[in-house]
Amino acid sequence: MTETRAFQKIFTKITKITKATCSLNADGIGNEELAIVNGKLAQVVKIIGNEVTLQIFSGTEGIPTDAEVIFMGKPPALKVGDDLGGRFLNAYGRPIDGGPELMGQEREIGGPSVNPVRRKQPSELIATGIAGIDLNNTLVTGQKIPFFADPDQPYNQIMAMVALRAQADKIILGGMGLTNDDYLYFKSVFENAGALERIVAFINTTENPPVERLLVPDMALSAAEYFAVEKKQKVLVLLTDMTLYSDALSIVSNRMDQIPSKDSMPGSLYSDLAKIYEKAVQFPDGGSITIIAVTTISGGDITHAIPDNTGYITEGQLFLRRDTDIGKVIIDPFRSLSRLKQLVIGKKTREDHSQVMNASVRLYADAANAKTKLENGFDLTDYDERTLAFAKGYSDKLLAIDVNVDTDTMLNTAWKLLSDNFAKEEVGMKEELVKKYWPETKE
Amino acid sequence: MQTKGKVYGIISNLVIVNTEGVVAQNEICMINHEGTPLMAEIIKVSGNQAFVQVFESTRGIKVGTDVEFTGGMLEVTLGPGILSRNYDGLQNDLDKMEGVFLRKGDYTYPLEEDKKWSFKPLAAVDDTVTAGSWLGEVTENWMPHKIMVPFKMEESYKVKWLADEGEYLASDKIAVVTCDKGRDHDITMIQKWPVKIPIKAYVNKPRPFKILETGLRMFDTLNPLAEGGTGFIPGPFGCGKTVLQHAISKQAEADMVVIAACGERANEVVEIFSEFPELEDTRTGRKLIERTTIIANTSNMPVAAREASVYTAMTIAEYYRSMGLKILLLADSTSRWAQALREMSNRMEELPGPDAFPMDLPAIISNFYARAGYVELPNGKTGSITFLGTVSPAGGNLKEPVTESTKKAARCFYALSQQRSDSKRYPAIDPTDSYSKYIDYEEVREYMKQNIAPDWHDKVVEAKNYLLRSKEAQEQINILGDDGVPIDYHIVFWKGELVDFIISQQDALDETDRFCPMKKQKFMLYKVLEITDREFEFENFDEVAFWFKKVINVMRQMNFSDFETDDFEKYHNELIEILKEK
Ligand SMILES: Nc1ncnc2c1ncn2[C@@H]1O[C@H](COP(=O)(O)OP(=O)(O)O)[C@@H](O)[C@H]1O
Ligand SMILES: [Mg+2]
Repeated sequence: MTETRAFQKIFTKITKITKATCSLNADGIGNEELAIVNGKLAQVVKIIGNEVTLQIFSGTEGIPTDAEVIFMGKPPALKVGDDLGGRFLNAYGRPIDGGPELMGQEREIGGPSVNPVRRKQPSELIATGIAGIDLNNTLVTGQKIPFFADPDQPYNQIMAMVALRAQADKIILGGMGLTNDDYLYFKSVFENAGALERIVAFINTTENPPVERLLVPDMALSAAEYFAVEKKQKVLVLLTDMTLYSDALSIVSNRMDQIPSKDSMPGSLYSDLAKIYEKAVQFPDGGSITIIAVTTISGGDITHAIPDNTGYITEGQLFLRRDTDIGKVIIDPFRSLSRLKQLVIGKKTREDHSQVMNASVRLYADAANAKTKLENGFDLTDYDERTLAFAKGYSDKLLAIDVNVDTDTMLNTAWKLLSDNFAKEEVGMKEELVKKYWPETKE
Repeated sequence: MQTKGKVYGIISNLVIVNTEGVVAQNEICMINHEGTPLMAEIIKVSGNQAFVQVFESTRGIKVGTDVEFTGGMLEVTLGPGILSRNYDGLQNDLDKMEGVFLRKGDYTYPLEEDKKWSFKPLAAVDDTVTAGSWLGEVTENWMPHKIMVPFKMEESYKVKWLADEGEYLASDKIAVVTCDKGRDHDITMIQKWPVKIPIKAYVNKPRPFKILETGLRMFDTLNPLAEGGTGFIPGPFGCGKTVLQHAISKQAEADMVVIAACGERANEVVEIFSEFPELEDTRTGRKLIERTTIIANTSNMPVAAREASVYTAMTIAEYYRSMGLKILLLADSTSRWAQALREMSNRMEELPGPDAFPMDLPAIISNFYARAGYVELPNGKTGSITFLGTVSPAGGNLKEPVTESTKKAARCFYALSQQRSDSKRYPAIDPTDSYSKYIDYEEVREYMKQNIAPDWHDKVVEAKNYLLRSKEAQEQINILGDDGVPIDYHIVFWKGELVDFIISQQDALDETDRFCPMKKQKFMLYKVLEITDREFEFENFDEVAFWFKKVINVMRQMNFSDFETDDFEKYHNELIEILKEK
């Protein structure tokens, strides 16, 4: 049975139901069009002849074969406007904060990509005060970078801290599978910082159906594009946790009988994630979208398909690790990377930045070797002892995430640690820099 | 009459079309989506159904939509005006598109419609010509651009008429040739060629014999890439594939560089757009952009066009090679292209090979690499395409299908190591695993003998031996402890470290060190080997490390100084003093 209300087609005979999808016979339906099945939001994911397959975001529980299916004739959309500021919304872009409905202009989400020749090369440094970031992995507006963290790391706290220090015009939070506690945490941190007006949040918590999460990044990024393109604002998008997003992708693709590739992830995982992360952009007229994400990993394993594909897409990663020597969380200098740092270090920061950074990390690597020696029961040389002393100071005074100083101070601290523990010849730096910055008196 | 059809099914970017006539594998069709034709390519035919991959988002497409088949395969437009341009994977000129965002079905002309070129005839009336013969030339960014008999013209022809020297549009007739049957053919500066088919307008493809200089010691000295050769760089993310390729695109001694940014980051392409117009080619003093063409299909652009992008790039390279030029083709990353193939193959529910890649992946890769090469043209001139691709192995594991298939096809292997990258030993190319097969070619050895030094090959092998023995010594030291091994082990270890720090490592961000001219490479290698070849006496292992670190430190300063300048000589003298101590 078919009837038509203005632009909407209605059907009532479902032929197939799985955990995440249902199919029915219908004509004239567009790919990726939205529908409402028994009151639940759904999207067309496949059409063969007159059989249309819909993905039901909140799951198919309780859907009867005679459910009413209303096709909306358009893909998912968000109402964008200045009234987004300060709002907490669900994955569908509807208020969850008790406030009024959005009044803005309806905009398709997951829209087209920016023409690469219309981008500008990012060059604006984002200072966070954290040396593990500013000194070793400097961030730039228009960059996309995730935290790689085991689930027990305080990644959401660190992300909130970075966001508040980043001096963005708008902070857009996309929460996927957030615990209710973390959701309330974000809310109160932003409130206490007096930043609420600058925030827009799209929240899917663990209490919401997992497939709904698939909408969150596109919602957040559509809002971001509105502010960055039309208002020329500096927008910071926070996406946490992209691992839970990817898990939702695999649920849908498995239900659709696709051949899974590594770690039961869909073969299209790379393209799916890239479409999200590549929304990060610097526009020539000042607007920008910076994406900081969280990818939780298991036991530090970055070879799993989710962190692996992410690392191939993002412009580096910030790897959180607990350093048992100092009992603090640090940003691991070995596995962390900011690929855009060379656009600003030594240009927006002091000339010695690059060499100090590399020399310190090289010596920190020597300390790691010394540690291995120690663990294997060998005697340490004098040099080994000094690298260990250096590493300890380096972790404590620079890598720990509770450090909050400016970049010059970070550089001075590093020179001090180097000169306290090594001879000039041992640091392997350019002589003119050593001449200029080597602190003269030893302790 | 062109074949028509109607959309029957849509699964992501795979569309099934019911056809009403003859279609061909790889034929291009246009799906008429709400008045905008969207380009798609047939990748499978079954009965009267064509399975097509759409080079655009399929959002909104409906069953029953009209489809028109074009009768041709995916083609590029070849002619003057390709240099310095930024194309997408289907050769649309990105700069000609309007707006900030890419619009579906926005297909732009790849050349310049109303630019006049100064044409100079090279052939003469009554000359016998075949596909690829040079009829004349125009100047494109200071480069002689040959106007050739179109590659599709497979017979032998006589030149009947040739335009006089003068200014012409690319679309103007510049020659008329007559085939044996007496039929006349008009020729303009523009021709088309299907990207999946190699251009074979050459008589011979000899083995490469010259070294293609890149200014990177890890390449030129230790693992040279040959002009017309092939190589690949596999490595986990963040280990330096793109930095290496960019360095080579800036520094390599090539007439033209074609960069295929295949499924990677847009910002990396932006880096080229913004820096190349400013940076100079060290050899010619001209801006780098003048010799560069970019094919950008970044990771957020449609997946099907990603596969096309590497073929588009290769075809453009082949076109310029036929003009007797030295082309460097770079593709970053070929894994993304393989993944695009995998996505389609999975959607078509084909029987998957290892890691769900299509079964014929090894053949596809080796056919592609085979299109590179050094060629002799019918007129006795030569041209070359040197191809260097990157591979992004899942999980950094080199035992995966794309790496393994590529290893069989490419002759140079530059394996990036996570461990070296973690300890910032850049470029993170593993000095012991990596290889160049060219170094053992008779022809290449002869070339090195003539052009670098008679004993060069032996010296390179010697340096590599020091690296290997150092690695072995280090393993022993790690197992037995510093005191558990004779001092000699420490000396062997540190000799290798010297080779590593001074020859293998190179700072891509340092203005001077990033480009090391061949004569400096030679000087440094001999200098390093002069030290490693010596016998040493040390009191204890601490002293070994300290002394070698001093040597490394001062030699690094030499790397950071321009060759044969006062600075360089100053550090060289310091080195001589240090060497006197032992
Ligand atoms: N030769 C090098 N010299 C200095 N830094 C390098 C070098 N190679 C890589 N890096 C650092 O590593 C980062 C990642 O390199 P990139 O080439 O983008 O990796 P990949 O393409 O393998 O993922 C760069 O942004 C840079 O910071
Ligand atoms: Mg790369």
